Amino acid sequence: MRSDLTLIYDWVPERAKVLDLACGDGTLLHALARDKQVSGYGLEIDPDGITRCISQGVNVIEQNLDEGLANFEDDACDLVIMTQALQALRRPDLMLDEMLRVARECIITFPNFAYWRHRVHLGLRGYMPVSKTLPHAWYDTPNIHLSTFNDFEALCRDKGLKIVDRAVGIKDHEGRLMSRLWPNLFGEIAIFRITRD
Amino acid sequence: MPELPRDSVGLVTPQTAHFDDPLSLVCGKTLPAYDLVYETYGTLNDERSNAILICHALSGHHHAAGYHADDERKPGWWDAHIGPGKSIDTDRFFVVSLNNLGGCHGSTGPSSLNPETGRPWGPDFPMVTVCDWVESQVRLAERLGIQRFAAVIGGSLGGMQVLQWSLAFPERIANAAVIAATPKLSAQNIAFNEVARQAIRSDTDFHDGHYADLETLPRRGLKLARMVGHITYLSEDAMGSKFGRDLRTDDLNYGFGVEFQVESYLRYQGDAFSTSFDANTYLLMTKALDYFDPAADHDGDLAKALAPAECPFLVVSFTTDWRFPPTRSKELVNALVRAGKSVSYANIDSPHGHDAFLMPEPRYQAVFAGFIDRIADDLGLGPRNEEAARAL
Repeated sequence: MRSDLTLIYDWVPERAKVLDLACGDGTLLHALARDKQVSGYGLEIDPDGITRCISQGVNVIEQNLDEGLANFEDDACDLVIMTQALQALRRPDLMLDEMLRVARECIITFPNFAYWRHRVHLGLRGYMPVSKTLPHAWYDTPNIHLSTFNDFEALCRDKGLKIVDRAVGIKDHEGRLMSRLWPNLFGEIAIFRITRD
Repeated sequence: MPELPRDSVGLVTPQTAHFDDPLSLVCGKTLPAYDLVYETYGTLNDERSNAILICHALSGHHHAAGYHADDERKPGWWDAHIGPGKSIDTDRFFVVSLNNLGGCHGSTGPSSLNPETGRPWGPDFPMVTVCDWVESQVRLAERLGIQRFAAVIGGSLGGMQVLQWSLAFPERIANAAVIAATPKLSAQNIAFNEVARQAIRSDTDFHDGHYADLETLPRRGLKLARMVGHITYLSEDAMGSKFGRDLRTDDLNYGFGVEFQVESYLRYQGDAFSTSFDANTYLLMTKALDYFDPAADHDGDLAKALAPAECPFLVVSFTTDWRFPPTRSKELVNALVRAGKSVSYANIDSPHGHDAFLMPEPRYQAVFAGFIDRIADDLGLGPRNEEAARAL
């Protein structure tokens, strides 16, 4: 399982009702259902991801996140998860509102644009960063709203949201201590756990 | 003797089940006895756990897969999806497909003889609904020794039957696949049906439905009904790319004969249908469509109506279907979510309009096969035959 998914897996309580936005091939939901009796739905638009969800019995609904979550009632779930999709949305801020309408708590992961390798790419070499977490060229990238660890914290502050937990996804050979001390610089993937109040 | 395709269920023989237990219908009448004609493909396992029921659409019937004869030109109507290694894999599943009550392909319907009069039922055949069909299908299942279907699957009007199964007999259905369907008809849908019915009923050969007694057929009416129906089955793009404004002859002839290819096509389809289908059956089937609305008894709240359902659902729609468009499937999906049911939904990109549910399309087949494979997993039926799966 992807490193950010492993961390989220640990954070999700047993028997939680979960909505997984951009659930991919359903790896996380499948593991959660199998080991923690977690139920819920995944939303996805990638055809192959949807097929793989269906074939492993993960509830998946073909739905574009930019259309919002109007089909989910207030507090329909215990937890909304969105991994590596925030940066591809038209209005990440509105989606955050939607997620916290559907559940009191949400877990969000996104590529941290201020990661030191990205800074080197842009700051020293003068090119838009291309990396494992940001593999696209500037002209065909789906990632239209790149942000940093600090940016997201500021948005949560502005919205009055409570950050319950935060973590970073890092490459194995990079120091855990460094990323804990300076997440905005050494965190490749930002992972936030936030609640409404 | 021409060889049948390797992934075909091969030659099949329809069977008839006779029922003497009277069937009380939603309309208040009772059918004292009736026949259901059906086909089966594959083998029922010892646990009787691997049965799949196929529910047919408006003009469908029991012949869903395989061939009735070596020289039959076309296989069954869902042969693209039913067979060894196909989406609905007959290597592992026992598939049952029947002709619904009121039909005109062997099951008791308006063209059958009314035992009380010794003459065809005609317009006196009682109005049957989706609920009645499902009741009769349960009896057929019992006859075949099937207590619970591994899946009930249907497209269009067939999808409505699947939904009804999940609500009326939740303990008898382990999985539901509702394809290119809708939880209820829209005003526009009913309007098209009414045009079709009026076309039939206003044919002077219709004789208020007693045409069989008078040894005539309302061919023109049925033809028109089919023509208007057919337009709603295709997408504008599909019709455009198939026919465009192509002419049958080199020049316009400024008359009312057939000039455009699309006119010729519709007339051909209508003509073929008008001699192979029964007008009274067509009327009944369109009414069954119109009446279906499980939410009606729950103040229009579909989520409430879905409360009894227990099985996981697969809902599939097609992007260019404007008869039962994706929004109608999404309505069902959203209600299932509100009701807290297990559901997966795929909106398949296809140019073929409503008819797409009948056709092979790689993504559609992959979704379908994934759904069936998961059911096989749950039942411990083993994996899909490797060689057959590769050919998918």
